[in-house]
Amino acid sequence: MITVSGISKSFKVARRSSGFGNAFKSLFRREYTEVAALSDVTFSIGPGEIVGYIGPNGAGKSTTIKVMSGILVPDGGTCSIMGYTPWLDRVQYVRNIGVVFGQRSQLWWDVPVIDSFELLRDIYDVTDKEYRGNLELLTDTLDLGDLLRTPVRQLSLGQRMRCEIAASLLHGPGILFLDEPTIGLDAVSKIAVRKFISAINKEKDVTVILTTHDMSDIEALAQRILLIGKGKLLYDGDLDAMRAKYGAAEGGETGGGSAIEEALVNMYKEYEIS
Amino acid sequence: MRACYSVFRLKLATGFQYRSAALAGIATQFFWGFIIIMVYQAFYSQPLADPPISLTQIVTYIWLQQAFLAFIALWFRDNELFQLITTGNIAYELCRPSGLYGLWYAKLLAQRLSSAVLRCFPILTVALLLPSPYRLTLPPDPATALLFLLVLILGLLILVAVSMLIYISTFITMSAAGSLLMFGVAGEFLAGMIVPVPLMPSWLQTIVYALPFRLAADFPFRVYSGHIPMDEALATIPIQLLWLAALVWIGRFTMGKALRRVVIQGG
Repeated sequence: MITVSGISKSFKVARRSSGFGNAFKSLFRREYTEVAALSDVTFSIGPGEIVGYIGPNGAGKSTTIKVMSGILVPDGGTCSIMGYTPWLDRVQYVRNIGVVFGQRSQLWWDVPVIDSFELLRDIYDVTDKEYRGNLELLTDTLDLGDLLRTPVRQLSLGQRMRCEIAASLLHGPGILFLDEPTIGLDAVSKIAVRKFISAINKEKDVTVILTTHDMSDIEALAQRILLIGKGKLLYDGDLDAMRAKYGAAEGGETGGGSAIEEALVNMYKEYEIS
Repeated sequence: MRACYSVFRLKLATGFQYRSAALAGIATQFFWGFIIIMVYQAFYSQPLADPPISLTQIVTYIWLQQAFLAFIALWFRDNELFQLITTGNIAYELCRPSGLYGLWYAKLLAQRLSSAVLRCFPILTVALLLPSPYRLTLPPDPATALLFLLVLILGLLILVAVSMLIYISTFITMSAAGSLLMFGVAGEFLAGMIVPVPLMPSWLQTIVYALPFRLAADFPFRVYSGHIPMDEALATIPIQLLWLAALVWIGRFTMGKALRRVVIQGG
């Protein structure tokens, strides 16, 4: 379903030291450093899987999601998702995917949520029948009800995030990319979002790729994890196997985190990416 | 197409929410209209030569300028779009199965239209009822009025295509201020917003006529007052269409280029 092979992407970053002198110097000669956001990332994901994509900040998680959703063009490598190359067949391809960026908003700020939904219906050219079906399912499972008629600016973060997720699924995509969907949410909203993700995966067989820093998200949802650090894919495998290998040794110091977080920290240490 | 229409409709509906902004705008535009008309009145009271455009026509020009400001002002902008680009929220727009150009064009068009519709009727009505040197005169005949509407709409389409270039340039410069100022100042001067085009020296007029800016403002306003005769107006419509096609093509082309090397800002 998803095959990514040898993807690399680097960004040019302008750098200078502090102070007026350096700022003046950089007027004439600017120093750029190439930062490799992704180097030679390869993996494949089968239909109906839920995969947790983890790694420290700046590891390249979001960049991978952006490449896979056709927004960024990588410097090298190939990627085939449902037979499309995302950045080449962008317009055709994006009809089949849904993307949620936890830190951004796709809903129109000043109008009720339902207006944004209807706009998305027209943008994706969803038939009325399909739209109604999807909307009903999403309203029930995400408990949207009254929220739909509230202007977005008056929603709480948790309410808004539920609406954002619904907005990304109105056109019934087969693949859902979630980039930190639970960031900043309280416990209740987090659990609602998790329940919803596993429900949509079971009922509609949606393939889910999920990035997060909250290991309990991964524990609740994913069987398989991909670990990325400094742009390289370091681990691809079963969550239980990772826990068994890197879990805290018997009687070891746990530093107050949960067992899975301990395992992750140990793993970061092993790969020297923390 | 359905998507563009839907964006257009939603933005139009949103635009109609901003009633107080419209009221404030109307007040400002009356104030400006009066001041500028008084300035021209003073000029025209001491004529040295035969003026190239009559005071009544100038007054009409100015009231139309004020009433349709949202159609012709290049500084009239959608900050949402700028933020989309500079903060990286454009990520969402890019995972839509439609061209960005069409969607943004529809959005900007609806915004100008809703703003102008809210403002133009009160301004035009009051200006038509004012006492004489300040009064807005009606077009000489109904055919001229229809022609005015046609060229005004075409002008609006051209102006939105020009303003798209400002947004596209933001992909490269990452700040809207520069292009906005440049397009705003130069564009408005060349559109006859500061000095009506007939009052410009002839060498400047040659430049102005070679550029598209006047087609959105100066041209429709002079068609209205009959200063540009009908046959000349009809002959200019193909030029408007040509400019529109060229500007849309340039916009689509540069946008495609910019998007290929776009960097989504922020994590």
